[in-house]
Amino acid sequence: MGIISNASMTSVILKALWQTLYMVFWSTLFSVIIGFIPAVVLTLTAPDGLHPQKAVYEVLSFLINVFRSFPFIILLVLVIPFTRLVVGKAIGTTASIVPLTLSAIPFIARIMENALRETNHGVIEAAKSFGASDIQILFRVYVKESVPRMLNGVILLIISLVGYSAMAGTVGGGGIGDIAIRFGYQQYKTDYLVVCSLILIVFVQIIQMIGNYLYKKLS
Amino acid sequence: MITITNVEKSFQGLRVLKGISLSIEDHEIYGIIGQSGAGKSTLLRCINGLETFDAGEINIDGTIVNTKNKKDLRALQKRIGMIFQNFNLLERLDVYDNIALPLKFWGIKPKSKESKERILNLIHLVGLDEKIHAKPKELSGGQKQRVAIARALVLNPQFLLCDEATSALDPEITKGILSLLQKINKELGITIVVVTHQMEVVKQICSKVAFLSDGRVLSEGKPEELFIMPANKEIKSFLRDGSEQLPKTGVNIQLFFFGEGSEEPVVTQMARELKEDFSICWAKLEDFRENVYGSLVLNMKEEDKERVCEFLNKKNVHWEVLD
Repeated sequence: MGIISNASMTSVILKALWQTLYMVFWSTLFSVIIGFIPAVVLTLTAPDGLHPQKAVYEVLSFLINVFRSFPFIILLVLVIPFTRLVVGKAIGTTASIVPLTLSAIPFIARIMENALRETNHGVIEAAKSFGASDIQILFRVYVKESVPRMLNGVILLIISLVGYSAMAGTVGGGGIGDIAIRFGYQQYKTDYLVVCSLILIVFVQIIQMIGNYLYKKLS
Repeated sequence: MITITNVEKSFQGLRVLKGISLSIEDHEIYGIIGQSGAGKSTLLRCINGLETFDAGEINIDGTIVNTKNKKDLRALQKRIGMIFQNFNLLERLDVYDNIALPLKFWGIKPKSKESKERILNLIHLVGLDEKIHAKPKELSGGQKQRVAIARALVLNPQFLLCDEATSALDPEITKGILSLLQKINKELGITIVVVTHQMEVVKQICSKVAFLSDGRVLSEGKPEELFIMPANKEIKSFLRDGSEQLPKTGVNIQLFFFGEGSEEPVVTQMARELKEDFSICWAKLEDFRENVYGSLVLNMKEEDKERVCEFLNKKNVHWEVLD
């Protein structure tokens, strides 16, 4: 009995681990790509940017704050029609990537904006003095200099997406967090709870270690 | 040649440049000196279009600086290199790539044989052969400024603008950077415009200088003319080092010696001829590029003043009575 339950526990958890990785990977990828655009617009239109545009900056900034203040669990439900439109269904691991991505975009946009705007202003001025165009300054100076800081932001994003993905379990997304709640909490299987928690702790630690290593290497 | 005519500029109602006019000849090292807030850096930034100005004109070899025409401005910026107080290197690029950066802005391949040769030559010129692949954080301040100088020269500019380029460096390192600038001026024939608040910079390298105060040019000329016998009160107070403790009694007369004048033993001759004793209470020798200029202050009795002045005039010595 013990052996059988252990074997099924391993397969349940392995499957869940795969689902977590799947959700976190895709939502990170999509949100970083999409979030980069508002981050760039904010950087360029900020008061200290290349093209200060108070109105654009304030409106975009306000929108990002609005979306960031939505509780994830509510966003999850609100976007169901949109999820259905994009994925074709509202339930499942793939479907949960949509709300995860949507909640991550304003988060990562703000983080990347901060990373970009931390670029030394003098360096930007130097680039200007050599006749660099705005697009060159954006990519060859702002982005180039901010890579380690943006990477730090992505690590932060991955770790918080691991947390959010547990909630995605409630729309049938599965994943480690879902197993911890359904088996560990609702069915009183403490061993599931412990193992799931340990996996999440180790996972976050590994991500953070990789992040720290890359930060050092890149800066 | 850079001709600046009646340039005016305000920041939010505050007039920073109040009708500046000056001209910078080719192959000169031109100094713009003044207290902080005098508008020197703003003026420098107007020359290469980093800053806009409200009125007046800046003409560079027939091209008028116009920040509205981006294409022309970029072409102009290509001809004008610039270095900064804080070096402004990209932290994530090594020495080679930092120097190569302006090439990339102009679509020139930094790895091509020609570019490589050019960059390596510049690295050699600034004396950083050992540091080609070092990152800025591994370099000292002086080395960083050398990288910045090489970077500013990579596009073969005619002009080099230096914005307080030595202000963050200690005196010994400053000397090294200044002689490098002098070498660049002589060997490459590049016209250099130096903005600084440091007298040493002007004295060591500038062939001409403008003294800026409160957005105006107070005086323009050779540094030795401007600073050895400053006619202007404000320049005088800028130069005063606070160590001049002159006697309160009697009369103090300051004598100035330029070139040949300094070889004649005027003071001892005067003492013998007038049969009077003077005390020398202050003296100073100053280097302006290769020339030495001296001045000293004599203290004497009130009644001797007239005879002394007469004697000095006869000897063609520049003098003035200090109050």
